[in-house]
Amino acid sequence: MTYKELVELREARLKEIDVRFNKNSPNKEIMVCSSTGCKSNHGDAVIKAFEQALKQNNITNVTVGRTGCFGLCALGPIVIVYPEGTFYCRVTEEAAKEIVETHIKNGQVATKYLYDPEVPTQTTKADIDFYKKQHFIARKDSEYINPENILDYVALFGYTALYKAVTEMTPQGVIDEVKLSGLRGRGGAGFTTGVKWELTAKETAKQKYVVCNADEGDPGAFMDRSIVESDPHKLIEAMAIAAYAVGASKGYVYLRAEYPLAGQRLEKAIKDAKKYGFLGKNIFGTDFSFDLTIKFGAGAFVCGEETALMHSLEGKRGEPRNRPPYPAQSGVFKCPTVLNNVETYANITEIIKNGGEWYKQIGMGKSTGTKVFALSGKVRHTGLIELPMGTTLREIIFDIGGGVPNGKKFKAVQIGGPSGACLPEDKLDLPVTYDDLSANGAMMGSGGLIVLDEDSSMVEVAKFFLEFICDESCGKCTPCRIGNKRLLELLNKLLDGKGTMEDIDELEALSHFIKENSLCGLGQTSPNPVLSTLRYFRNEYEDLVKNAGKPKTPKYRINKEKCIGCSACSRACPVKCINGEIRSPFEIDEEKCIGCGTCQRTCKFNAIEKV
Amino acid sequence: MACKNCTNCGQPDKIDKIVNKFKGDPTELIHCLQLVQEEQGYISQDAVKKISVSLGVPESDIFSVVTFYSQFTLKPKAQYNIEVCMGTACYVLGADKSIKKFEEKLGIKVGEQTEDNKYALCQSRCLGCCGLAPVISVNGQIHGKVTEDKVDEILSKLK
Ligand SMILES: Cc1cc2nc3c(=O)[nH]c(=O)nc-3n(C[C@H](O)[C@H](O)[C@H](O)COP(=O)(O)O)c2cc1C
Ligand code: FES
Repeated sequence: MTYKELVELREARLKEIDVRFNKNSPNKEIMVCSSTGCKSNHGDAVIKAFEQALKQNNITNVTVGRTGCFGLCALGPIVIVYPEGTFYCRVTEEAAKEIVETHIKNGQVATKYLYDPEVPTQTTKADIDFYKKQHFIARKDSEYINPENILDYVALFGYTALYKAVTEMTPQGVIDEVKLSGLRGRGGAGFTTGVKWELTAKETAKQKYVVCNADEGDPGAFMDRSIVESDPHKLIEAMAIAAYAVGASKGYVYLRAEYPLAGQRLEKAIKDAKKYGFLGKNIFGTDFSFDLTIKFGAGAFVCGEETALMHSLEGKRGEPRNRPPYPAQSGVFKCPTVLNNVETYANITEIIKNGGEWYKQIGMGKSTGTKVFALSGKVRHTGLIELPMGTTLREIIFDIGGGVPNGKKFKAVQIGGPSGACLPEDKLDLPVTYDDLSANGAMMGSGGLIVLDEDSSMVEVAKFFLEFICDESCGKCTPCRIGNKRLLELLNKLLDGKGTMEDIDELEALSHFIKENSLCGLGQTSPNPVLSTLRYFRNEYEDLVKNAGKPKTPKYRINKEKCIGCSACSRACPVKCINGEIRSPFEIDEEKCIGCGTCQRTCKFNAIEKV
Repeated sequence: MACKNCTNCGQPDKIDKIVNKFKGDPTELIHCLQLVQEEQGYISQDAVKKISVSLGVPESDIFSVVTFYSQFTLKPKAQYNIEVCMGTACYVLGADKSIKKFEEKLGIKVGEQTEDNKYALCQSRCLGCCGLAPVISVNGQIHGKVTEDKVDEILSKLK
């Protein structure tokens, strides 16, 4: 492949998919999200329904295609109609027929299937609140690309960053650009990527490797899956650039076993990239050669840890080992290895295209660029969101996520997965950067954000994560294997109502011991959920001791200013403890109340508060 | 990857074919086990022996790998493998309640299999579809928003 051929390929494809960018195109294209989320919502059947409806109506200037993930899986299947870019949600087979009828035939927007049918002006992705504050780099362009078609990627200037790197830049030049960008690892620890590459480049070994960590083990996080499924070539191109920079000729993607679709897409993408000469021998006529292979994990959380991952790549038990030596000196098959997370790589092509200086302007302080978060739990709008670093938790959860549903109160947000922490309400204005999070006992982790409301017991949440850790601890070192079990026993004792105040102190002391003495990152962070809930919600632990294990039954009270006296709560109450006169404020008999919360869920005026 | 419920499970020639692909390459052990399990639905004693000879890995090492990774099983798989996600997002939205309901309905506990090998119930640590929580997967097929009250409906489709 020469540069001229690449340009020709791009321009030819751009003509074919003109409808996606040219608002005046005489044609139309209906693109259906084809990632795991929308597929499981019968996305494939929706594609068929569109094709059928078009055929029945003898419409020939409209095609049906597939796109990558929009990150709004809860409202799936998602459909975009080009050239207008109309964004439809909840598209069933029935809806497909209606959209063909209303939109394609009659040229009107099918309001019923808009993001918010009550706001019919929000017709395109750019209009929608959920997307307005977002800033796309790692997940850029997925709405224009069919993930299974390499030409779509090429049409959007795909593989030009690789061309630029291998023909116009020296390996050190690439490294300098990445260093300048300030990009830090998105897999958890936040190590500076350019420095990691430089360390590997300095090694003189003949054989070096680049590896992508696509093990994505943190429950609640799915951005890596989304990137691999939606835009696999972006990952391939970035890994090739990394290989060029450090002098590697072979790469592996270590992909989580639970992601079969991502595997299929990546496999096809690698095959296509080889066919066009973006992978393989003498890329763009230079003497740089690079080959890429997928390795599937087999279901072990600890394999996300870099040394464990490398053992697993070699076909062994995925047990971590002591560092040093670091992978940069001795990684896969004892050769110098660069290992980065999927999202880290997904930033590289844009950095090479636009320069490190450009990237550095986005974000805040030492946390440059954007981060993808997976927002879920007790929040109105769940999904993937990409934001500049430094956005506050409040903006993420309330402005974009729409806050806590059903009139409940926000209690905490869990960030960073099993090694992360729960942050309470008064930390909502914290800017999300590596340093601000760690200063507050939390960490970025992979960017999972799980919102908890007033109904969640923080001790139960800590227990949930500890059970996870006990299952997933590899057992190699004692503090992690036995220490976490003991922590779990202590929590169960408290929850059973047999705990004492000394047990709480013991919990804290043991947590610190495990952190300080474990072999790998798993044990060194596993007590974080316990420590952070102790730090911010110690009263819940103490209440368990005082009330012999029973969390205080919640009490509800009616806010007299908000209550309009409609009697809905009174009729819904299972023990009939709410009384009053119609049209004047009602009252709850606290003696009889069993704290079930039915009244609160029923009230349309947010007049019932938990005390 | 889920068992394909093939009727010819365990055909020896197929296993030989898989195993021979990786002759002399111990680094492909996990990959080889994955293909064997996809074919048979589990890792049989017989397969372990064959892998050992072909790849040149001691049987004891193979067992240590098989038991380390939760994907592998040494027992034949059930017809319907129901995996309830207990990842954080699903747990927060009540996955524990649907697990209880499945346990009640099937008369087995998580990690067990019905006597007739028809249903197996297990829990997973995040199926990567948290936007659709609570999520379950039946033989690898994802079903979203499966709350406790959907359990009967799901089971009625798995006859
Ligand atoms: C227990 C444990 C699990 C981890 N899981 C992942 C994971 O699923 N994905 C990931 O990219 N990094 C994970 N990491 C971090 C990796 O060890 C490593 O730091 C990272 O992949 C490096 O890439 P980065 O610099 O691009 O972040 C995990 C670390 C630990 C200790
Ligand atoms: S937590 Fe259930 S799919 Fe992620």
